[in-house]
Amino acid sequence: MSATAAPRAAHGIFHKAGSLRAERRWALWSAYVSLIIAAIVMLAPPFYMLITALKTSAEIADLGGNPWIVRSPTLENFAAILGNEMFRGFFWNSIQVTVLVVIVTMLISVPAAFALSRMRFWGSQWLATGVFLTYLVPDTLLFIPLYQIVGGLGLLNSTWGLVLVYPTLTVPFCTWIMIGYFASIPKELDEAALIDGAGWLQMLWRIFIPVALPGIIAATIFAFTVSWAAFVYPTAFITRPDEMPLTIGVVSQLIRGDTFAWGQLMAGALLAALPPVVVYAFLMDYYVAGLTAGATKG
Amino acid sequence: MASDATIARNAPTVAPRAAPPTTLQKMARRRSTVAFLLTLPLLGVIGGLVAWPAAYAIYLSTLNRRMTAFIGLENYAILLDNDTFRMVIWQSCFFAITAVILKALIGFWLAHMLHHIPTKGQRIWRGMLLVPWVIPPALSTLGWWWMFEPSYSSINWLLSVFSVPPVPWLGEKWWARISVIIVNVWYGAPFFMIMYLAALKSVPDQLYEAADIDGATGWQRLRYVTLPMMRNIISITVLFSLIVTFANYDIVRVLTNGGPRDLTHVFASYAFQVGVLSGNIPRGAAVSLFMFPLLAVIAYFVLRGINQRTKEIGA
Repeated sequence: MSATAAPRAAHGIFHKAGSLRAERRWALWSAYVSLIIAAIVMLAPPFYMLITALKTSAEIADLGGNPWIVRSPTLENFAAILGNEMFRGFFWNSIQVTVLVVIVTMLISVPAAFALSRMRFWGSQWLATGVFLTYLVPDTLLFIPLYQIVGGLGLLNSTWGLVLVYPTLTVPFCTWIMIGYFASIPKELDEAALIDGAGWLQMLWRIFIPVALPGIIAATIFAFTVSWAAFVYPTAFITRPDEMPLTIGVVSQLIRGDTFAWGQLMAGALLAALPPVVVYAFLMDYYVAGLTAGATKG
Repeated sequence: MASDATIARNAPTVAPRAAPPTTLQKMARRRSTVAFLLTLPLLGVIGGLVAWPAAYAIYLSTLNRRMTAFIGLENYAILLDNDTFRMVIWQSCFFAITAVILKALIGFWLAHMLHHIPTKGQRIWRGMLLVPWVIPPALSTLGWWWMFEPSYSSINWLLSVFSVPPVPWLGEKWWARISVIIVNVWYGAPFFMIMYLAALKSVPDQLYEAADIDGATGWQRLRYVTLPMMRNIISITVLFSLIVTFANYDIVRVLTNGGPRDLTHVFASYAFQVGVLSGNIPRGAAVSLFMFPLLAVIAYFVLRGINQRTKEIGA
């Protein structure tokens, strides 16, 4: 951080026009150099996963030569993993759980956020604080009691058990950022709706949801990425391969024995990571808005 | 909240009704009733899936292994007597603190660099640098695991180009600890970057202009304008990340699974091993509850920071 600050400090206030421009150029150069280095480091692991997935097993096993380049690219790893029925099962389980959890999350958090931001009632301030506090409770603190509870309900080894517990990951944050978005809607809109004779639910449905749509998209993306990437709960609750979602399925089932099929493993991991990456690529601004909303809107 | 009061009074008269409403209908239209019904599912999630399990965990941790008898705090006493567990406490703190400091510094540096380049180019750089945060960590850690693989390590190959001897990434205890931290920093630094970038952009330009007029050097601008303006976001982000890192499970599980010789276990992975894999649920609950005091302290400070910020913004 002091890289750009240092040269300016040396000159103090007695700038000459030429040196100022040189300084600016120097600052820009150092910025680009750092960004390039950072981008290389940040993108190296996924890049190497892709390189490995494109190699044949013989090329992976070959220790001579640069492992970072692929000499005879092949799609056979992707074909093999897509032809693997178990892997397709993981994918299907993930889609099922994620879609259900996103729907449940939005149905819970949007009305609740509306009530908390617009209808002051006894304890609403406390409840809003409670929502934030539950967001801070990590899943690793809860998985053992939840293991007992889910087991008591007979939902271990079932995707329904996951649909039951994932809202603990998604609902608090989604409610929290929706409270922020709803609170930023001007009161005049409510009043206009009231003059037209709208009830509370009409107000929510006709005004708040359309106006806060960017917030709803951000919250949906958050709920989607979190339930897609969830790892602690499925690891604890699911031991039968046919009920596993992708994260734990790829990590536990594709790693078998002493000789790993690295190419297939990497192909599987990349395909599993694809949905959130695609969502991110197309909706980056909403994604970033959702990330930063938690701290800046609160 | 004057408008709310008028809403509540006016609502029944606005809606055209032929017959006077019954008590039940009045109840159904009362503001508090509607609000209660709207928040009921949320209360269900918070109460039934967070508060109740948390209380239940405390109860579980006071039982014996077969969950037949109450043994008070003995699980905690046994754990604190156990060398492995004392190592777990140490490793969790070391891991969380080192990783968060590195993430905060790297995130701040990247945000600063990103803030310096022309706005037009920022989007694409931001897009590339945020990729680690987007990939589910369990899956990207698989990639790291493969890069650390002893005989095929591609990182060691790069090091060998600079004639550095191969590093036993996951085989030796300190290297294994460092590897876990590297992966966590790689995954978490982009989050810090994006938070700090948002904060940097919210600092009004007038402040910098005023600082320039007063003849502030670059360091002084950073020290007396940028940092005070960002103080709140920095502390919220650091504290929040401290919680998440402290409670991290997936990276340790995939990369080392606690090895070599249980030396890289953190609370979460040790609780999993004791509670679920070895089947000692009460002691596993006790392990994860050791996180609670620290999390409570951090949560208190986060909440204070958020409240301060709300006041500063002037909501």
